[in-house]
Amino acid sequence: MAKKAIDEIKKTAEDIYNKIKKKKQPTLSAPIRSLNNVNYNDKNGYFELNGKEKTRTLTASSVKTFAQTLRMMALSKELIKNEDIATKREAYYVSKNWGDARFSEQPDSDTVMDDIEAMLGVNREQIGFIADEHGGSVAGELIVIDKDATSGKPLKIDCTKFGSGSYSIPSDVEPLKFETKAKFILAIETNGMFERLNKHMYWKKAHCIIISMGGVPSRACRRFIRILSDAKKLPVYVFTDGDPYGYLNIYRTLKVGSGNAAHINEFFCVPRAKLLGITPQDIEQYKLPTHPLKEVDIKRLKDGLKNDPFIQHHKSWQKALKKMHGMKVRAEQQALAKHGLNFVVSNYLPEKIKNQKTWLE
Amino acid sequence: MAANKAEEMATKQRDISVAEFFEKNRHLLGFDNKRKALLTAVKEAVDNALDACEEADIMPELLVEVIDMGNERFRIVAEDNGPGIVKAQIPKIFAKLLYGSKFHRLKQSRGQQGIGISASVMYGQLTTGRAARIISKIGPGKHAHYYELKIDTVKNKPIILKDEEREWEKDQGTRIEIDIEGGYIKGGQSIDQYLKQTAIINPHVTITYVNPKAEQIIFPRAVEEMPKQPAEIKPHPYGVELGILMKMMANTEYRTLQAFLVNEFSRVGGGTAKQICEHALIPPSTKPQKISREESEKLINAIKKTKIISPPTDCISPIGEEAFEKGLRKEVNAEFYCAVTRKPSVYRGNPFQVEVALAYGGEQSAQDSANLFRFANRVPLLYQQSACSVFRSVVQTKWRSYGLSQSSGALPIGPLTIAVHIASVWVPFTSESKEAIAHYPEIIAEIKLALQEAGRKLQKYTMKKRRVKDELKKRSYIEKYIPHVAIGLQEILGLKKFEVQDVEKQLKNLLEKQRGQLDDLEFDPSKNIDFDEEMAALGRDAKKEEEPIEENFDDEPEEDSEETEVKKKKGSTQTKLR
Repeated sequence: MAKKAIDEIKKTAEDIYNKIKKKKQPTLSAPIRSLNNVNYNDKNGYFELNGKEKTRTLTASSVKTFAQTLRMMALSKELIKNEDIATKREAYYVSKNWGDARFSEQPDSDTVMDDIEAMLGVNREQIGFIADEHGGSVAGELIVIDKDATSGKPLKIDCTKFGSGSYSIPSDVEPLKFETKAKFILAIETNGMFERLNKHMYWKKAHCIIISMGGVPSRACRRFIRILSDAKKLPVYVFTDGDPYGYLNIYRTLKVGSGNAAHINEFFCVPRAKLLGITPQDIEQYKLPTHPLKEVDIKRLKDGLKNDPFIQHHKSWQKALKKMHGMKVRAEQQALAKHGLNFVVSNYLPEKIKNQKTWLE
Repeated sequence: MAANKAEEMATKQRDISVAEFFEKNRHLLGFDNKRKALLTAVKEAVDNALDACEEADIMPELLVEVIDMGNERFRIVAEDNGPGIVKAQIPKIFAKLLYGSKFHRLKQSRGQQGIGISASVMYGQLTTGRAARIISKIGPGKHAHYYELKIDTVKNKPIILKDEEREWEKDQGTRIEIDIEGGYIKGGQSIDQYLKQTAIINPHVTITYVNPKAEQIIFPRAVEEMPKQPAEIKPHPYGVELGILMKMMANTEYRTLQAFLVNEFSRVGGGTAKQICEHALIPPSTKPQKISREESEKLINAIKKTKIISPPTDCISPIGEEAFEKGLRKEVNAEFYCAVTRKPSVYRGNPFQVEVALAYGGEQSAQDSANLFRFANRVPLLYQQSACSVFRSVVQTKWRSYGLSQSSGALPIGPLTIAVHIASVWVPFTSESKEAIAHYPEIIAEIKLALQEAGRKLQKYTMKKRRVKDELKKRSYIEKYIPHVAIGLQEILGLKKFEVQDVEKQLKNLLEKQRGQLDDLEFDPSKNIDFDEEMAALGRDAKKEEEPIEENFDDEPEEDSEETEVKKKKGSTQTKLR
């Protein structure tokens, strides 16, 4: 894997070098990363690239990005060679040593990094860069088999033994192995809800693994859920707020990936995920306290209906979004507390899990 | 009872002389405060001197002196090399209000009404009690006549205190000295500014100016040619109002309405005259003096109904694009200049012509509002800017398209000077003060067209400048980032030093080859050889403290007042109003 990444980097650099020697303008090509350039592949269950590429030719106006891309690739090569890693933020600070070619803001260096990732057709972790984001928390009937950092011996981590705490997903999840007898994975949007379920050891009652995504799931979290569910053939139930952000950003990204990272969705999607709640139907049925939809919510709804290939492929989702648009309200997970703090554990989840017809694909 | 009262009142009712009226309403003439009074007096004298010289086809050479006598009193001296004034006319021109040659004709000139210089004399007399001193000579070998004059403000008649023949070393010309109470200031509405702008707009004039600090400033002429002599035209029927029409008919020497119309108006031939008469249902053979008020009204309506071709427009004498731009070059050191002279146009039967000159960039501030110079018949307008149709036209023009910023309803922001000149046989001022031009749609439309035409020229320059700026930035990118491309390749591929140098060299050639030659648009302050630094500095300082001069009143009825300087060429058809 590491060898392949280094070879790709060298090949790209050689192409450029040879063109310069032949007095031709060098170019860099990468797939366009946006929702416009993805299709929803129903068979595989994720967004895949359409194949549109952008080619950047070295000119006076692109010379800066060109220089930064090459220097970032050089950094990546060093990282792979030394088996080291750098967070996105660290890479940004490394660039401060590049004189005029330094980045002034981290989003700039992130973009170049994403471009390289797409250009080489590998994911960021393979070229030595990792996210700074929190990977997610795990609790429940699961044993994670990791390696002891000094001895290299297998290390068994029992996720039932963290008490009121939890196991934290590392940035590189590829080497992990699992042992479990759980029946399903419950992926939860908010840490607050995760804490409540953990405290009452919901995972014991329901024989499941609970994972807190903390908002839009990080790549590590998505990959963790993917390889765990693949390895143990576990269904994945998703529990988000009942709002456009929960549906279109959190759930959609977990299930089929995102437009921006379409080149790696293949590895990071969880096609077997299903949304358990909170659905627009739940809001009515459980008479949940609501807030009015904000302008950004409405914009997100309309945008999803109009532009999101995943939504366009699923009639049930279109119906649900239109319903929410008509209701003009949203409800949070915590709104269930209206019926008592433990209503979610004693009533809502058991009822929902029994009746999968109320779910959304 | 009522009858008694009426009789009692009748004893108090009497004529009010024009002079008395103006004595009490001096603000109407531009003497509303001390600072403005001083400027107005100088302006009247200068405008009259220039009109006289030009009418006699003499290249004007003026001396203007303002002497500080202490105690807020100033002596104003204005001397010209004009044709002089015949002896008999001197007292009336300088010491009788509303006496002049310019009111009753249609010709592009600075003065229009016949009030200005005698009003200055009156104001001097009022504030200092001193008589005006005038000396004038009409040619070599003739005697010069010297007068000391005051005005009888009740009868509006000259009072001659002294009348004698004197030797004067000048071949010809007129010199006037008036003592008045006034205030001397610097800045945008100062005498300095007024004379400077006069020099800009009259490049054929030489002015020697001695200011109250006894510093001499010379504005030398920039062109050696007289401007084209404007022609006098007869009124066009479309511009005539009822009262004027009636007066013209009462005074005409023609015996029939037909002949009157054909001979007293421009663009009226036999056919047109007949049509007017038909529309008015008045026989063409009617005696003009016999036509009643009602019939006159019918005539006016008939004129409106009749199609009459526009008046001749060759009677206007514009400054010309080249001279206008040259004038601006003296005043502003900029990177780019352009000027536009529109074709003459017509409002209400009066021909007029608009000219615009722009100066952009250079030493002008990019953060301030553009500087606006307004001129009418070669006279600078310093007051009531926002009431003027020139201001309105500038504000309504979309300067953003030309590379400047502008908020709505305001002057554009940027390093720009805008100069607008309107020449006409009758400039429609908003009041006697002659400070702001009235908002005739035809005039505003023409000014805007001229501004747009000049704006498009400016736009070409600002766009080019922006392109060059972007280009320079891109070129600096090449220098900056090529080494990093090379470093990146070196680190990945392990290139040798000479290979790295080769990459840099090749890349530089490659990129620079695509870019081509670049125009040098850097501002070079020494490039503008016409720029006159000393002159530009005049009237600039203290701009702020000066501004609050009250604008409520207007000013000077200047020019026409009597044309002081004789226009002897035509035998001076000086007539008396009323």
